[in-house]
Amino acid sequence: MKVKVLSRNPDDYVRETKLDIQRVPRNYDPTLHPFEVNREYCRALNATKLERVFAKPFLASLDGHRDGVNCMAKHTRSLSTLLSGACDGEVRVWDLTKRECVRTLQAHEGFVRGMVVRFCGTSFFTAGDDKTIKQWKMEAPGYGEEEEPINTILGKTVFTGLDHHQKDNVLATCGQQVDIWDEQRSSPIRSFTWGVDSFSSVRFNPVETELLASCASDRSIVLYDMRESAPLKKVIMTMRSNTLCWNPMEAYYFTCANEDYNLYTYDMRYLRQPVTVHMDHVSAVLDVDYSPTGKDFVSASFDKTIRIFPKDAGHSKEVYHTKRMQHVICVKWSSDSKYVLSGSDEMNIRLWKANAAEKLGMLAPRERAAVNYSQKLKEKFQHHPQIRRIAHHRHLPKNIYHETKELRTMKEARRRKERNVRKHSKPGSVPVVSEKEKHVVTVLK
Amino acid sequence: MPPVRYWQENGKDENQAGGDGGKAPQQKEPKTKKRKQEEAKGGGKKFISGKPDPFPGPAPIPQDRLDKFKRKETIKKRRKQHYKLKDMISRSEETSQMAQKQAARFDILLPEDAGFLEGEEEEDTCTISQEDIADAVDITSGAKYFNLKLSQFGPYRVDYSKTGRHLLLGGRRGHVACVDWQSKQLMCEINVMESVNDVKWLHTETMYAVAQKKWLYIYDSNGIELHCIRKFNDVLRMQFLPYHFLLATASATGFLQYLDVSVGKEVAAICTKTGRLDVMCQNPRNAIIHLGHSNGTVTLWSPNQREALVKMLCHRGGVRSVTVDKSGTYMLTSGMDKKLKVYDIRTFKPLNSYFLPAGASCLSLSQRGLLSAATGDIVQVYRDVWSTPVTKPYMAHRVRGTAWGLQFCPFEDVLGVGHGDGFTSMLVPGAGEPNFDGLDANPYRSVKQRQEWEVKALLEKIQPELITLNPNELGQVDNATFTQRHQDRVTALGFDPLAKEKFVPRFKKKGRSSTGSIEKRKKKVAHEDLRDVIRETVEDKMKVAKERKEKDLKTGVSSGTKSALDRFKK
Repeated sequence: MKVKVLSRNPDDYVRETKLDIQRVPRNYDPTLHPFEVNREYCRALNATKLERVFAKPFLASLDGHRDGVNCMAKHTRSLSTLLSGACDGEVRVWDLTKRECVRTLQAHEGFVRGMVVRFCGTSFFTAGDDKTIKQWKMEAPGYGEEEEPINTILGKTVFTGLDHHQKDNVLATCGQQVDIWDEQRSSPIRSFTWGVDSFSSVRFNPVETELLASCASDRSIVLYDMRESAPLKKVIMTMRSNTLCWNPMEAYYFTCANEDYNLYTYDMRYLRQPVTVHMDHVSAVLDVDYSPTGKDFVSASFDKTIRIFPKDAGHSKEVYHTKRMQHVICVKWSSDSKYVLSGSDEMNIRLWKANAAEKLGMLAPRERAAVNYSQKLKEKFQHHPQIRRIAHHRHLPKNIYHETKELRTMKEARRRKERNVRKHSKPGSVPVVSEKEKHVVTVLK
Repeated sequence: MPPVRYWQENGKDENQAGGDGGKAPQQKEPKTKKRKQEEAKGGGKKFISGKPDPFPGPAPIPQDRLDKFKRKETIKKRRKQHYKLKDMISRSEETSQMAQKQAARFDILLPEDAGFLEGEEEEDTCTISQEDIADAVDITSGAKYFNLKLSQFGPYRVDYSKTGRHLLLGGRRGHVACVDWQSKQLMCEINVMESVNDVKWLHTETMYAVAQKKWLYIYDSNGIELHCIRKFNDVLRMQFLPYHFLLATASATGFLQYLDVSVGKEVAAICTKTGRLDVMCQNPRNAIIHLGHSNGTVTLWSPNQREALVKMLCHRGGVRSVTVDKSGTYMLTSGMDKKLKVYDIRTFKPLNSYFLPAGASCLSLSQRGLLSAATGDIVQVYRDVWSTPVTKPYMAHRVRGTAWGLQFCPFEDVLGVGHGDGFTSMLVPGAGEPNFDGLDANPYRSVKQRQEWEVKALLEKIQPELITLNPNELGQVDNATFTQRHQDRVTALGFDPLAKEKFVPRFKKKGRSSTGSIEKRKKKVAHEDLRDVIRETVEDKMKVAKERKEKDLKTGVSSGTKSALDRFKK
């Protein structure tokens, strides 16, 4: 007779001393793990719920300005520094880690219209309603020294926007025309105009550095090449765009914030129709900024919310609002892609997490693994109705909620009417116009 | 491989030479190749000694091991698939294949091997007595064969906890005891002073349920009564669904009830309308409850449906016992007609039928598929019941009284038999799963580990609504039909978004709204959509016909010859 009976040595399965961690022998045999799918679903559901529980994006409010915050600028070299300009001409420099103001200067009389940090990070430029562009040192003046600009350029007209070249000593401003300045000179190297209009913002392309785009008040977006004397082309839309931002990764795309509550992502090479129309805001969109990864962008609106959109999605994935935040005028995505900053009418700058449910600070390896695992699970089960419902739910202020509903009704009514018109007219005489085509009037070269 | 013949040597040399010749240009390839590809190529690398690697490439994995971890078939590639979807599918397939391979590789490293029992030549294993086995094996294993002589309060029902460490005994006449059976430590012993129908561990060894004469009671491991559940009366049999935290009970009044033990609520109470329910088991794969009835049928139940999911006529005469194997593939039943039948419950078809002279009163399946059947006071163990027709039992043992409850101990080669004269723990080599999973059921877990596990398990408690015949249904694409989706939408919205407004003719004066003219006006707009469709199809057809005619004319002109059959052309 040959016999063997299962006989385990307990020493192989329990820890030797209390200082050790417990032994966990594994066996991945599927029959020992029934209900795999169901249990994973439960985990995914729990992870989704926890995500909503932990979604507390608001971090801090930076107060100190004595008027609405009109513009902000990220420091090009330091993550923790933020510059903000207010409607009373005051510029403040903030330390974000300490969440306090480190420097205040009265830069202009009237609004600070535009602000940009030079690529080297040692100085910054401000443009104001007093028709001047001033260059300031990044370091605060020493004890007893006067706060004085390094350089002041006197313009002929009011400036409304300002941007700096990525590598050269070149500035671009906009106002009644788009001007290209050399830092050292007091007159522009080049001026661009195309029809009688005024411009609201100008932005250098981050990759193709000689290219510029600007938003004009005649509802157009104009593209320029700095080396040429005439603008390249422009697209005229049904409503005016307020600002635009280039995608830093795919720099042939740019997104513009429009007065008609939408944002439009365009391909620079093909302006005939936007690549994506981003809807969800219920009032004019005032500012937009891309994340450094180029996958998402954040938009600020007159409806007192900021929204985060994936670059290729028609609707927002996140909406941030607080009771006290008024019309949001400017918004920036921090260079480490973790935070979003918003400056609003009621004199405050707010610091938000870019990923609302993310845990800040260092994660232990096991914590990281758990986060990754639950992320994957959420992704896997995202289309299940229950999980989808929970993941997509966002609480909205009452007025925005109702406004959204109203807009939807209006849109539906318009659609119905169009359908009826089409039905009762000669076939082919009322063509179907897609949402993308609807908002572009014409493209000029 | 057959030994090499003299005439093959030359050819082989040539082959090798050819192989070398083939390799030479390979080495000339640019060195920018990825490491992965080099690994895949394998054999090209040579040691410093100049010898080729005798085992090139990654170690092969046997196919049967790979199949063990196979979750699903590979998805067939459709021709017209979106490129993003295609990419996603191929990526997920790649990762799942890698996981499968890794699991299969890990399987080789598992430390323990299953037990076995082999007789000498001309010796039946069923003649080997328990004492002989206990003598032959080591002391700790030998000590797992023991008898508890409890003649006063028998016969006994038996239940092992999920980890196999703890044993619960319930005597018919009220004696309830729980034992850490390996160390033989008595945890508690009480007499409930009432008849006991069944006992069952709940999710941990700190709590158990006892079905007493009238109500269902929950005790803790110190024997303290925690709950008396008056909603559950006359319970005869119980099953605990560990992943759902449900206690399913079958009562003498024909009710199948589910108790959620994590929140203490009754989830479902189903009147089966089939009389006294004293045969019950669960399918461990999908948590479906199987009930056996006195008319020979076995019914399958889930808490979500008032009627049985399946009714199977299995026996002539009543069903005495039912059991389902671990993988949820086979169901074994024994009946009053003294037959033991094997069913495939994927197809609900019988596979094998055996005749047992005395008939089996209790059946139990072990983790590795051994079947124990109690016939009177003899407990027989069979091997490979479903794959091959069995003639002899694998083992047999006579206990002192009539066997009342049988259960194999999980992760041990032990069969617990509760009988009229107490309890017998038998050694059945090859019964238990040798390698347990520490995160699922760990027999050696500490209190802290158990508490940790309990929290985790409660967090991923599966809702009772998810109990279905196919447990993987949740992971599959729900191909709901259009009508079904439309119906869901209608119920969600409260109105039918696609419904057309009914045409109501406007009232007109001067007698133009007479019944006849109203009907006429209605006719004008009736079936408008259908008319559009018809018009379009007719136009299309005309167009195609015209084109064809033109084409024919052209070809006819170009060829210039007329066939005799052309006159039949339209």
